Amino acid sequence: MPVYIARKLAFFLLAVLVASIAIFLLIRGAGGNVAAVILGKDATAEAINALAQQYGLDRPLFVQYFDWIGNLLQGDLGRSFRTNEPVTDLVVSRLSISIPLCVSGLILGLVIAIPAGTYSALNSDKPLGAVIALLSQVGIAVPVFWAGILLSLLFGVRLGWLPTGGWTNWDVSLWGAVRSLVLPVISLGLILGASLTRYVRSAVLDVMNQDYVRTARATGMTRMQALLQVGLRNAALPIATVVGLQIAELIGGTVIIETVFSLPGLSRMILANVAAREVIVVQSTVMLIIIFVMFINLIVDLLYGVLDPRVRLAR
Amino acid sequence: MTTPPAIEVKNLTVGYEDLNAVRGVSFTLPAGGRMGLVGESGSGKSMTALALMGLLPAGWQAHGEVLHDGVNLVSQSDRVLSSRRGRTISMVFQDPMSSLNPVRRVGDQIADVIHRHNGVGRREAMRQAVDLMVQMNLPRPEQLARSYPHQISGGQKQRIMIAMALACYPQLIIADEPTTALDVTVQKQVLRLLNAATRERNSALLMITHDLPVIAAMCDTVAVMYAGRIVEYGPVQDVFRNPRHHYTRGLLDSQPTMDNIALDGSSRLVSIPGMVPPLQRLPSGCAFNPRCPAATEKCRTEMPELAPNGAACWHPVGAVQVVEA
Repeated sequence: MPVYIARKLAFFLLAVLVASIAIFLLIRGAGGNVAAVILGKDATAEAINALAQQYGLDRPLFVQYFDWIGNLLQGDLGRSFRTNEPVTDLVVSRLSISIPLCVSGLILGLVIAIPAGTYSALNSDKPLGAVIALLSQVGIAVPVFWAGILLSLLFGVRLGWLPTGGWTNWDVSLWGAVRSLVLPVISLGLILGASLTRYVRSAVLDVMNQDYVRTARATGMTRMQALLQVGLRNAALPIATVVGLQIAELIGGTVIIETVFSLPGLSRMILANVAAREVIVVQSTVMLIIIFVMFINLIVDLLYGVLDPRVRLAR
Repeated sequence: MTTPPAIEVKNLTVGYEDLNAVRGVSFTLPAGGRMGLVGESGSGKSMTALALMGLLPAGWQAHGEVLHDGVNLVSQSDRVLSSRRGRTISMVFQDPMSSLNPVRRVGDQIADVIHRHNGVGRREAMRQAVDLMVQMNLPRPEQLARSYPHQISGGQKQRIMIAMALACYPQLIIADEPTTALDVTVQKQVLRLLNAATRERNSALLMITHDLPVIAAMCDTVAVMYAGRIVEYGPVQDVFRNPRHHYTRGLLDSQPTMDNIALDGSSRLVSIPGMVPPLQRLPSGCAFNPRCPAATEKCRTEMPELAPNGAACWHPVGAVQVVEA
């Protein structure tokens, strides 16, 4: 196991390094003169040079890169060109919305998908099994923004139980913050749950046809015990892989959902800053998101090692 | 009072929708008895075994009676059956590579069975599991018990499977081609172990195989299956020395021996012409008639029952010559 962890950790660090170079080059290299971009097309050459000098944009690219990455490692994400606010401050308050949204969406997705997928795998011949399979297909086809709008119409506009959008901060009202997150989380969770249901279903179907499940029953487990003690334990392997892959999609979903429900989360902040040409802000926050996705995948990899002795003990 | 038989099967039929893979099979295996079940692939051997265990694949149904330890297994719930499986009746499967749980240590898998059925604590169950592994001639059992299935050899896996099946001293063990997936060199060792271990425990053995010498060496009686029916049944010596059914005769003739494999290519190995009919298109009368050298009009219209001579045949081997004389 230590070898496995060390290998995965090394791969994670390498991937973060490569991603940081890619992000830096894409935003700095492809964008032309950053100072000119920030100031817009009417800016004078003097103003552009002054700005470039002020922020060190006139230095060689690799110096700027090491400067950025060095500060990043110390928790300094740079400053906004316009407001001079530290990006770290901007990000922290946004994360208090985006992280709960993302994590709760994922948990809800799993809470829906694991029982629903398992049930439909074992009861494909019964009406409810077929209904679940059908709903899962529909859920995969429905775009997340449309699910958000429909839910908001029903529970926000028609029934008036929950806010249709907007944000009450945690320190203002805990209950208010939770209420603002309910519909966005349900939208994300339903859509994620629908696609995960299909994976859970096929993983459980596959595992329950394995010889070792038959052995478990031949040595005295009931069908249900064999499912819970042997089947799901083995089905967890392919499911963990898929969850890791779905994280990136989940982040994409939060961008849309934050917009639909007017939540001032990280994704909307990035969109606003792209429009405002805040190069440093965009660069640093995108990097943060990439690190987050890779970190979740690292956790999934490590979990995989815990779940599967064949992976853990392999050299 | 005589000891009740290990299992008594009466008119067992196993089918999927209206297709029957097993069509009215009956036999009795006395306590501690040893019976071989032979036949080609698709003859219904494995389906018979799975029906006895109550482990038929989804959609398959068994009818008839399977009397074991005072109950008819065919009509029991999964709950009742599971309390017996691994305790009074157990099974060793064909492919040990895929039959063990890949994410659980093999010692734990044996201990699970003991813990489940004998009501002993985990520590004691583990002690007994290691003990069993010693009896299975497994090397370094303490260490091996902590291995995962992917870390041990096929022969070792099958020994683990046998240990799990024997753990609770069952009245009946069903072994479904337990060595076909193993290396030839390992096959004999595993069979010897299975033979000795079942005898020590006085467990009855139902040995399913198409390897006739194995049956001859290990069993007292043999049932030959063809297209879902037992076509010949009797003591091993009688059936193999003096087969009455033309199918049994064909099976025996098609066994390779050092004598009938000619290295120059002029092989004298005989094979039965034709192949096992699919369930959807079983011939009327005796299902073997299209491949039988002695088939007559009667064979094509009337299905023969198992006669006192042990064969389900209108014109048994030997009797044919009498008719012609």
